[in-house]
Amino acid sequence: MSAIDQPTSTSFLNRMSDAFWRRPKLLLALMLAPPLLWLGMIYVGSLFSLLIQSFFSIDEFSGVIQYEFTLKTYGELFRPANYDIIIRTTLMAAAVTVASAIVAFPVAYYAARYARGKIKALFYLGAMLPLWSSYLVKIYAWKLILAKEGIINWIVDGIGLTWLLKAILSIPVIGGNSLSVSYIGTFLVFLYVWLPFMILPVQAALERVPGNLLEASGDLGASSRQTFTHVIFPLALPGIVAGSIFTFSLTLGDYIIPQIVGSSRLFIGQAVFAHQGTAGNIPLAAAFAVVPILIMALYLWAAKRKGAFDAL
Amino acid sequence: MHSDRPAPLALKVAAIAGLLFLHLPILLIFLYAFTTEDKSYQFPPPGLTLKWFAVTWNRPDVWEAMRLSLKVASVSTLIALVLGTLTAAAVSRAKFFGREAISLLVILPIALPGIVTGISLRSAFNLADIPFSTWTIILGHATFCVVVVYNNAVARFRRLSGSMIEASMDLGANSFQTFRYVVLPNIGTALLAGGMLAFALSFDEVIVTTFTAGQQATLPIWMLEELVRPRQRPVTNVVAMVVVILTFLPILGAYYLTRGGTDTAGSGK
Repeated sequence: MSAIDQPTSTSFLNRMSDAFWRRPKLLLALMLAPPLLWLGMIYVGSLFSLLIQSFFSIDEFSGVIQYEFTLKTYGELFRPANYDIIIRTTLMAAAVTVASAIVAFPVAYYAARYARGKIKALFYLGAMLPLWSSYLVKIYAWKLILAKEGIINWIVDGIGLTWLLKAILSIPVIGGNSLSVSYIGTFLVFLYVWLPFMILPVQAALERVPGNLLEASGDLGASSRQTFTHVIFPLALPGIVAGSIFTFSLTLGDYIIPQIVGSSRLFIGQAVFAHQGTAGNIPLAAAFAVVPILIMALYLWAAKRKGAFDAL
Repeated sequence: MHSDRPAPLALKVAAIAGLLFLHLPILLIFLYAFTTEDKSYQFPPPGLTLKWFAVTWNRPDVWEAMRLSLKVASVSTLIALVLGTLTAAAVSRAKFFGREAISLLVILPIALPGIVTGISLRSAFNLADIPFSTWTIILGHATFCVVVVYNNAVARFRRLSGSMIEASMDLGANSFQTFRYVVLPNIGTALLAGGMLAFALSFDEVIVTTFTAGQQATLPIWMLEELVRPRQRPVTNVVAMVVVILTFLPILGAYYLTRGGTDTAGSGK
């Protein structure tokens, strides 16, 4: 079959194909151009425009944005009201991360070490389905659970522990009038919503622990507790750090959960939303948005040194 | 690191408790969709009824939000499929300068908090005088959907042996034929799985959407308004249940498509 018999479109494709073969860089460039243009222009471009705006300031009297370089807006972050928001959010993110590591570890450990066949699939889907199921529906479920007339109060009432719940809710900072307007409620919802993000990387890390290391540890006379603390746990740690990246970052940036379940005191996300919305103070909103980026950059830098990225 | 010995009881209890903690709240949604109570979130429900399903069925605002969500998710998934596959193919077939940076760039939109992505896009649209529309929503969604497709495709490309492509070229196929008859059949299920996950991600997204949507309401935005100011609790209950079912289907589908994965040709190498 000669090239003349072929329709011109095929021979054109053939020539292009030959060009790709002779110059692989050309093909690579063609393949990379669309995603790079999209992500580079739309995403990185937007991030830069945000960053730039955080160096502008707003005129306090007229409310007009002044397009001049200044660090004044960042200075405002250190005013007590704003500083409190940052500390509050970071503490909540840390608490949620620690709690989710504690709750997730047994689930991941059992799934990796003892589950087989159908049970293993069940555990995997058991973490995957809640991970992917609707974020708002999950929050809504907790609104139902924590409501005054909801299931928790019904159970607590039924077993006669109302006094205990009242005692917990009367603790100064974390308590409140009811569960749905207290930090305890916010914390529970955060924990629930981000927990699957901790289970999956921890399980992945545990799956990769070689069986012969455990046998060697046992042969050398370690009890199963010693094997756990000296072999299994250190090898699972990168998985926990990888999971904590998600739980920490997601809590830092969330503004919907504390808005729906929690007290009226703001979190970083809510502050960003409020400043860019009705207040129209885009520079301060931008500066606030840079805070979680900085915290996460520090966190990622530390996590990278612990080798957490191999466990993702 | 499997152990054949039975698990300690405490571990078993903790693991099962963890799973129950993850699933009971979702089951509660199913119960509440049938409750006769329409003024509060009373538990246990005073009675069960099917009437709220009919009420929800006849609500034009719910249908409209659903239609917009489906449209946004479909278009964003298509864009993400193209961009994600191209990036995965490039990253996995060649080592080049800046390869690591590209993986980072793809992951960044979901690694950074959603509110950062949202407010950056919003301020960029404002600066560029782009009016908010369905397209601005899609622009945002496609950006963070790329990573899901990319992750699935890159894992499959890694298993696809390079010798398959060389064999195809040696046998006289050009690049396009090789892609159509050798590469695509091998990565097809991974793309389908990635596409389903991207669809689920977009269908459910609310944080970025609140910043990039104008007056339109996607289904999550509709739900958010109901969460902040509950007006029609029974309708919200039903919508929540439908959303749970709708998002479970693609997840289960993606799971079955990527499970095992030993059928990739040339993976014996």
